Amino acid sequence: MPTVRTGPTLARVLAVAAPAVLAFALLPRVVDLYQTELLIYGFTFAIAALGFNLLLGYTGLLSFGHSAYFGTGAYTVAFIVRDLHVHSMELCILGALASTLIIAALFGYVCVRHTRIFFGILTLALSQVIWSLAFKFFWVTGGTDGIRVPRTGITLLAGLMDFKGSGSYQRFVYSYYYYVLVLFLVAVAIMWVIVHSPFGKALQAIRDNEVRAAFVGVPVRRYRWIAFVISGLFTGLAGALWVPLNGLTTPDILYWPFSGEIVFMTVLGGFRTFTGPIVGAIAFNYLKVYAVASSQYWQLVLGVVLVVLVMVLPSGIVGTLKRLAGKLGRS
Amino acid sequence: MDILVIQILNSIFYAAVLFLISAGLSLIYGVMRIVNLAHGTLYALGAYVSAWAVGSVFGASATGSWMLAGQLLLLPIGAIAIAAVGAVIEPTLLRPLYRRPEEYVLLITFGLLMILEDVMKLLFGGTPLSAGSIMDSMGSLRIGSLFYPTYNLVVILVGVLAAVGLWWFIYRTRFGVILRATSQDRRMASALGLNVGRVYVQAFAIGCFMAGLGGAVVVPAQAAVLGMGVDALILSFVVIVIGGLGSLEGALVGALIVSVVRTAGIQFFAEIELAVLYLIAATVLLIRPTGLFGRA
Repeated sequence: MPTVRTGPTLARVLAVAAPAVLAFALLPRVVDLYQTELLIYGFTFAIAALGFNLLLGYTGLLSFGHSAYFGTGAYTVAFIVRDLHVHSMELCILGALASTLIIAALFGYVCVRHTRIFFGILTLALSQVIWSLAFKFFWVTGGTDGIRVPRTGITLLAGLMDFKGSGSYQRFVYSYYYYVLVLFLVAVAIMWVIVHSPFGKALQAIRDNEVRAAFVGVPVRRYRWIAFVISGLFTGLAGALWVPLNGLTTPDILYWPFSGEIVFMTVLGGFRTFTGPIVGAIAFNYLKVYAVASSQYWQLVLGVVLVVLVMVLPSGIVGTLKRLAGKLGRS
Repeated sequence: MDILVIQILNSIFYAAVLFLISAGLSLIYGVMRIVNLAHGTLYALGAYVSAWAVGSVFGASATGSWMLAGQLLLLPIGAIAIAAVGAVIEPTLLRPLYRRPEEYVLLITFGLLMILEDVMKLLFGGTPLSAGSIMDSMGSLRIGSLFYPTYNLVVILVGVLAAVGLWWFIYRTRFGVILRATSQDRRMASALGLNVGRVYVQAFAIGCFMAGLGGAVVVPAQAAVLGMGVDALILSFVVIVIGGLGSLEGALVGALIVSVVRTAGIQFFAEIELAVLYLIAATVLLIRPTGLFGRA
């Protein structure tokens, strides 16, 4: 049977990816502690946006409730560390993935019955259920104070590394950088395989024409549900990795404007491309950190960037660069 | 018994405010198929403008019935200001995007939300702004052994008048016919010679006016604070999802349901009061996606 070539070949992917991976691996030797920390935040958000884009970019569903899965991952880690006194980050991640799986499977089952604007509102309404529970049940969740997850309570690699004693902050940032980087690369690889698999192609067929996809035998609703669950799991992983770095989880990451920020990241990078959400998340993180640091009106800055982006550069950073590269290549 | 009367009055008061906001959101969705995420923030902006106008014209120590009348007359300025803001936003930010997928319009309104939140902080500062002097000088009514602020009855009256006025406007005037025609089939309306662009500006401005009016009437009773718009938006989402997107009757019934559930919730099940509301919205969306009063 002749195979149909879809997408770039492995050699071409490696030619692009290998220098990027090498650069990321060497960066902490070049930049200072603070920049390293910002990059870790960028990676965690990149995992979330990557998951989110499986729905928006590849399945054509705009979720306005992905804060629910990020928050579920984060709060699960906080509960495991605080209540079960388990310190191994690996066990925390497994727990976070399990709880996100349950929530995403349940919410997804409900949400994929609708598309377009109804899908968006339904995801939003359900994410707000989780938010209001975290907000109101303060004796469990700490209410608006949230739950502290100190880095001293976390061990990496099945207890091989802990972060107590002097200089532990520095050690934590540098080891956690590589920890998150490896998980980030694994997540990217898995997502790459998913979107280039027959399943991923079927999702794109659903996005482009739902009726035709159903005619050729794609089980539309079930595939949307599976995509929803995978998307939620990626975002849940991101939430779990984000908590020890932030040291605190609050209901803010469950509130709907945070879902809006995930959408923002993805559109900033460009949701029509695979790498768009990754670039967008890292760029958004820098943008927000520097806007917050330089002005108390940082929301205004972000809002203006978003409006200009949508009006002038709707294909995002990566989409625009690709178009420019295409033009240069032709001339 | 007296408490029950007060609680019923409270939920109607709350429903009146929610109806004003949700009717605007629903009207904009009904005519333009836009979910305006900045709608709640426009409501908050209306509250700030009214409180600021009343405060700066009359000062804090205005007494006497003439002063009160003046303050009440000045209050709707928030609604008018927000309608003007809406009339600027639609042609500049939204119109260029109608040909693109609806996700982009949603994102623009999210960007607008962020911008307006900070514009409020920039213009009015971080401290709450209130027009409480109106509430104080109107005194209160005796209900049995309890007291109820007279001003809250004014708000209920405004809500009822707005509902009747909107109904008359949409179902009994020529402009209402044009609005409904555009909402049902935009291209057909345009082919029949209607200026769809103008209808869109007007519909958006009226929707914003309703949000601003909601803010204007609420500010003597509750001070305007940062973040009030983000909370209000989600509640009015719940309202129009229950009632049906784009339906005026739905907004009215939805507002009543939400406010009764909230009032009962605060009394009996305070922890899950918000969760119950969102679950009701999700259930309605599942069983009847067009809401109780929506048409497909």
